[in-house]
Amino acid sequence: MALAGRTALRWARLWSPRPAAGALRLPSWRPAACVRLYGSRGEEKLDMSMYPVESIRNFSIIAHVDHGKSTLADRLLEITGTIAKTGCNKQVLDKLQVERERGITVKAQSASLFYNHNEVNYLLNLIDTPGHVDFSYEVSRSLSACQGVILVVDANEGIQAQTVANFYLAFEAQLAIIPVINKIDLKNADPERVEKQIEKLFDIPVDECVRISAKRGTNVEKVLQKVIEKIPPPHCNTADPLKALVFDSTFDHYRGVIANIALFGGEIEKGHKIVSAHTKKRYEVNEVGILTPNEQPTHKLYAGQVGYLIAGMKEVTEAQIGDTLFLYKQPVEPLPGFKSAKPMVFAGMYPVDQTEYNNLKSALERLTLNDSSVNVHRDNSLALGAGWRLGFLGLLHMEVFNQRLEQEYNMSVILTAPTVPYKAVLSSAKLIKEYGKKEITIISPAQFPDKLSVSEYLEPTVLGTIVTPQEYIGKIIVLCQDRRAVQKDMLYIDEHRVMLKYLFPLNEIVVDFYDALKSLSSGYASFDYEDAGYQAADLIKMDILLNGNPVEELATIVHKLKAYRKNVVAKCYGGDITRRMKLLKRQAEGKKLMRKIGNVEVPRDAFIRVLKRQTDK
Amino acid sequence: WPYCRKRCSYCNFNKYVVPAVDEAAVRACLVREAQTLLRLSRVRSITSVFFGGGTPSLASPGTIAAVLEAVAGAAHLPADAEVTLEVNPSSASTPRLAGFRAAGVNRLSIGVQSLDDAELRLLGREHTAAEAREAVEAARRLFPGRTSIDLLFGLPGQSRSAWARGLEAALGLCDDHVSLYQLTLERGTVLAAQVQGGSLPTPAQDLLADMYHTACDALVAAGFRHYEVSNFARKGALSTHNLSYWRAEQYIGVGPGAHGRFVPWGEGSCSREARVQTLEPDAWMREVQSRGHGTRRRVVLSPLEQLEEVLALGLRTDEGITQERWGRFSPQLSLEAVFGVPGEAQELQQQGWLVLDGSGLRCSREGLALLDSLLPALLCQLQR
Repeated sequence: MALAGRTALRWARLWSPRPAAGALRLPSWRPAACVRLYGSRGEEKLDMSMYPVESIRNFSIIAHVDHGKSTLADRLLEITGTIAKTGCNKQVLDKLQVERERGITVKAQSASLFYNHNEVNYLLNLIDTPGHVDFSYEVSRSLSACQGVILVVDANEGIQAQTVANFYLAFEAQLAIIPVINKIDLKNADPERVEKQIEKLFDIPVDECVRISAKRGTNVEKVLQKVIEKIPPPHCNTADPLKALVFDSTFDHYRGVIANIALFGGEIEKGHKIVSAHTKKRYEVNEVGILTPNEQPTHKLYAGQVGYLIAGMKEVTEAQIGDTLFLYKQPVEPLPGFKSAKPMVFAGMYPVDQTEYNNLKSALERLTLNDSSVNVHRDNSLALGAGWRLGFLGLLHMEVFNQRLEQEYNMSVILTAPTVPYKAVLSSAKLIKEYGKKEITIISPAQFPDKLSVSEYLEPTVLGTIVTPQEYIGKIIVLCQDRRAVQKDMLYIDEHRVMLKYLFPLNEIVVDFYDALKSLSSGYASFDYEDAGYQAADLIKMDILLNGNPVEELATIVHKLKAYRKNVVAKCYGGDITRRMKLLKRQAEGKKLMRKIGNVEVPRDAFIRVLKRQTDK
Repeated sequence: WPYCRKRCSYCNFNKYVVPAVDEAAVRACLVREAQTLLRLSRVRSITSVFFGGGTPSLASPGTIAAVLEAVAGAAHLPADAEVTLEVNPSSASTPRLAGFRAAGVNRLSIGVQSLDDAELRLLGREHTAAEAREAVEAARRLFPGRTSIDLLFGLPGQSRSAWARGLEAALGLCDDHVSLYQLTLERGTVLAAQVQGGSLPTPAQDLLADMYHTACDALVAAGFRHYEVSNFARKGALSTHNLSYWRAEQYIGVGPGAHGRFVPWGEGSCSREARVQTLEPDAWMREVQSRGHGTRRRVVLSPLEQLEEVLALGLRTDEGITQERWGRFSPQLSLEAVFGVPGEAQELQQQGWLVLDGSGLRCSREGLALLDSLLPALLCQLQR
């Protein structure tokens, strides 16, 4: 204990704040490049008892896309000495290649920072959140581990869709909110105007805003001080039984699942036996620690602290976001707000060629190891063979997933609109006998029974809830009507926002409804849905005729009103011919995978174009 | 001329915004490279010259004159050869344009893009609609019948009616040549990032198709000939230079990032090559100064590759690929032999999108709009 205490004291002296103006002076034993602070894992373990609850601040940074969340996080890490200050600290917390390329954060990361202010050593736990609306559930779970947030707003762009959405999340979670106006170094910055926007929309007085330039580091230290002053310490007790929230998890091939946890009560250490409230499974803790932002083991974690845990879990589904962990034989009330990820966008995914099936299967398995929010179901298409029906949190989620498949696993896939399970109530005695029941589920168009044998067709429906600022109501109502939805409710939740409830046929929202909704509301509208059973529907099977013969594989089931097609337009642009030839030749290669049906060779492309969503004229 | 004063939000061409350009140095290098490549290609006569970029109208008329002189010195440049300069409305005052005319330019292509101020801001353009109008009017006075304007459609958030209005305005203003382009969101541009981030909507495929067809109809109704997928001309004001691209003739690219297709007889070769000059201006200048030209990459095109280009580019025009031109690149296999047999081409003909007859192979009006979808199939057939 004495040794640990001395060690901790040495760290505390080393990480005292630097003078804001000068360059950071680093302890001489530390290498200059961007490397982790401490030695390799397994050496000196941190003693977290040095940080009583009053010295802890758990906070998150929330903002609209590109307003500077991750850059601010970089600066905070540098100022507190968590990472070395060099030119190469760019969005340190974004670890995925696709995150760095697109400049977005997909997975939330966290880091524990040590900061000395007015003679007191503080432990500041920063939780970096995804900026994109597709991941609002992750954001809300991360927030539940915090007592406050830094709300970053671009000094030129001002308040945007995600600023508002995230503000409400934090506000409803009753967190302290520190408004920070960023990018004041840029030519078009107008912090005064943005401060007024904040005061008007969020009711936060102008003098509470901090103006910074995260890129330059201007005033960033002030943000840290505000965090200490304005955000309350966590309200919890180490004497209580263990209660830990899982707000993220990653899969490491050697060590298994690493769960990011926030302790709401009690303490946790190696050897403890814990239980997951959701799966009810039992585990023994192998390791606990904090993230700086890489893993740094500690002896224990105490109530109010944030860190990670390794406990022999084999799959990320065993450590779902929002789950509660407690000690064996000491169950606690699970933390509220847990829900399984609700997919918003669906797609059929097939290998370009059936010989690639197994490769795609293992790629999917490995990718979903670390992304438990992707819904995966096996599916089969007569035209494209065996594949999957995947559910994503949104279009960006799907794109990122696809990009990772290409980049990390080198897989090219065919994405199509998925099928929804229709039903038919049979009237033909012969068919009823054949199927063994009166009401059957139609999985593929080939199974579609003829109109004469059916007394009623049914389609699955959902009850969708849309929350939007009132200026978009008109456009949204038109969109919903266009999707054959029936309005069930409409009410004003405050003077700016409206909530609409519509009953939608499921097939109308499975691909691009969410995207269209976001598009026409500039991102400000939100959408959620729940299963609402089946309703009668006027369905027909749309046969595609090739040379006068119906081609079974190309048939789709559509609602009577929507059986039209629109042609594709050639892109017209001036420019490099070489590049265009490359693209065309790649498409030609794709075309070579053709399917013979009878005497006619139908290009794969034609299949795909037809299976993809058809929009009406 | 790879330099610009400002980056447009959608552009991914080889452009550079620098505080100061050493025009004399760039001019000298352009002259030198033109001379070197002309000698290399052993080209005897020039049919057309095109100044692109970047923003070529930022170069001084003196530089244009110097380049033209160098070209005339190394090959025969007929007095009536088409010499086009791309112009940005913000550097198109009458005196300036007159200067270019005196330097030898006889045709202008003005990057109007849109006649709506809000759209121009979205695109990050340097000029207003009023300035664009003035520029076109000035151009038409100095280059009557030889002025072309560029228009973009499919902007994020652009409605059908906004495009219709824009078209009307453009038709009232334009000369006898219009180039129509669908805005493509290229990875890495500011506009693409905005659309991806969700702050701008993505235009729907159907809307884009409609906009294109509305434009084609309007232009044809106003007397224009839709002679290439993206280009319309009336009273015979077709662009000779661009036609030479689509007819797979020889062309020499001079300057950073320029492309070329020619046979470098001067090196003893007799195969057509695809060439690209070094992209980065400073690097390009160093190379030109040390060895006479800054060719970054040269690839010999196999006969098949040449045919593929002939096919893909030729079908973009309304005349398509003539039997005669095909014969030049494919002496053994005629168009009939490749595309007249049962296969993709016949299917497309049956659908009414392709025509193969005595004069050659071309797309029908409807087929032209779907060209991108037809080409891969035809390429497959060609490869076989």
